[in-house]
Amino acid sequence: MKFKFKDRDRAEKLVRIINQKVPDRRIKIVHVCGTHEVAITENGLRSLLPDQIDIREGPGCPVCVTPTSDLDAALQLAESGAIVTAFGDMMNVPGTAKSLKELKSEGADVRLVYSVSEAIKTAKNTDKQVVFFSVGFETTTPMTAAVLKDDPPENFSILPSNKLIPPAMESLLELPDNRIDGFIAPGHVSTIIGVEPYEKLAEDYEVPIAIGGFEPLDVLYALALIINQIAEGEPKAENGYRRAVNYEGNEKSKELINEVFDVTDSIWRGIGTIPDSGLTLNKEYERWNARERFEIDPKEGVETPPNCLCPQVITARATPGECDLFREKCTPDSPYGPCMVGEEAMCNIWYRYGGRPKL
Amino acid sequence: MNESKEETVQLTHGAGGRAMGELLEKYVLNTFTNKSAGDIGLDQLDDGATIDLPGEGTLVLTTDSHVVNPLFFPGGDIGKLAVCGTVNDLAVMGAKPVALTSSLIVEEGFSIPELSRVMASMEESSRESDVPIITGDTKVLEKGAMDGLAINTAGVGFAKEPVSDAGMNPGDRVILTGTIGDHGMALMQYREGLSFRTELESDIAPLNDLLGVALEAGEITAMKDPTRGGIAAALNEMADKSGLGITVKEESIPVREAVSGIAELIGISPYEVANEGKAVITATHETAGKVVDALRSHPLGPEAREIGKVTEEWSEKVIMETEIGGRRFLEAPLGDPVPRIC
Repeated sequence: MKFKFKDRDRAEKLVRIINQKVPDRRIKIVHVCGTHEVAITENGLRSLLPDQIDIREGPGCPVCVTPTSDLDAALQLAESGAIVTAFGDMMNVPGTAKSLKELKSEGADVRLVYSVSEAIKTAKNTDKQVVFFSVGFETTTPMTAAVLKDDPPENFSILPSNKLIPPAMESLLELPDNRIDGFIAPGHVSTIIGVEPYEKLAEDYEVPIAIGGFEPLDVLYALALIINQIAEGEPKAENGYRRAVNYEGNEKSKELINEVFDVTDSIWRGIGTIPDSGLTLNKEYERWNARERFEIDPKEGVETPPNCLCPQVITARATPGECDLFREKCTPDSPYGPCMVGEEAMCNIWYRYGGRPKL
Repeated sequence: MNESKEETVQLTHGAGGRAMGELLEKYVLNTFTNKSAGDIGLDQLDDGATIDLPGEGTLVLTTDSHVVNPLFFPGGDIGKLAVCGTVNDLAVMGAKPVALTSSLIVEEGFSIPELSRVMASMEESSRESDVPIITGDTKVLEKGAMDGLAINTAGVGFAKEPVSDAGMNPGDRVILTGTIGDHGMALMQYREGLSFRTELESDIAPLNDLLGVALEAGEITAMKDPTRGGIAAALNEMADKSGLGITVKEESIPVREAVSGIAELIGISPYEVANEGKAVITATHETAGKVVDALRSHPLGPEAREIGKVTEEWSEKVIMETEIGGRRFLEAPLGDPVPRIC
């Protein structure tokens, strides 16, 4: 059973198919998931592919796309005396003045949690207000919805910063200078939302889409599906991760999200406001919204520091290697821009695995 | 917000990665001016230094401070580590270890029975490696001034011809003396409070006899023990120092199933965690096969094998040919690996 997904013969077969079918022009394929980027770099997949295929990571890292204004709101809440709980990577992302980690070192009560349930546990053990900084895509949101439905303690609330993947993919297609020849859709998100949301995108924008899993063979398979679609001239949404994703997705999780959240416009760091791309608590659950419970005065913060190429990287218009700061002024232990923070961020991944050398 | 804060030492500065290299360069190597007594001195940042004895050979001197959490781990403890670590630093310099020192720094309140266990373990390792402990020092610090127990050992050895970690040549073969990641992952399952325990034990062992056998068998050009930072750090350091490139085949790197299992689970590469009983060796193309055979005939080297070769292209870089047939850089880890949170 060991390394079932690292079968070299199968990889060679898929690469052969890709080589046979790939058109003789530059093909830009975008995925929107840090775990995909790790699978690609860690296994050296780019070196296996024909030169004209250029694979990039789009807005697939929740930490990178959370806007400064949301971070500033979390910082304000912590400064005002609430206990702010957040996922590990969020601790290091710079807000306008500082990061949550820096605020913590100054004495604020900021706590790292691994799940929203842990934040609930924190709230049950204190009289203080406990705020959960709720970031993430469709994969993590159902858990948050579930705890809110399950009678959370009165001193608990969430700062909603949840986002939706398909509208972000659409926003990339709307950019005038951003020709995208295909998308590898994220496997985890797709287990929740299913195939349908991508069908509309594929049809409206005539762009090939394949849902991909996270083993190297999964990624190669999704790529082969996309290249085949390009060769046949028949863009559509295909499921290349059938062992985990079904057509409808997970109905129960979708229902949970719909019961608790409303779709709203949302700011993505590096992209700007994308219509209907975020989630906030609906009327019935409004009382758990930290934005309603506390006075927060979020300013429009500076989204990326000067000369940082993160906005271009997040929109798949540049690679980390094109940024002058990459590896020089910007490293994982001292990140300058958001794309270097967090293990799912493209600059961070390229730093750890040596990026895309022509080997 | 932009007030300049006084810089402080961070944990990554001690983790054997890039951050540590920068700290040493900036604040140690650039400050000391009197730093060599032979061919290999402080500037070379090798596993030890050499002192010339004209007409007789070379003395090799090394020192290492040992701290480990937990103090007792599957397969060993801090005492065994203190002896083996220093013996191995001498052995990878091509030296026959002659004697060790032992300095104990103990926190007030430390358990005497535990101290006694650690001493017994040092005695056992000293016997096993056949290297006497001939002098020492003991300090007790007040409670809270440190955590438990730290042991410094220095070692002196004798080499006819010392082996540096920078001596490899293009065409040389890269040899690993056995499975990697055992020590780091055995400790990691305790540190991270994983809810399961495997049978995995640290690989900690004195390498002087094994490497002595290898030196007799072929023409060895460089050696290094891949401790902190694992083989990723060791191979990169060897490439950096020699100005050459190294290509390794992922499928030829021996990794125990328990190690790759924990690695997958916590998201830490087995290439980046410490080994305490393994060495990376480069040998000439012609003699590499004989070195591997000799290693395999020794009780500590049954899984020794060739994992790659030294190249002129990709100078100062390590290229890994992945299991699936791709190629990528194997980068030196920045600091101590931290398990992923999601």
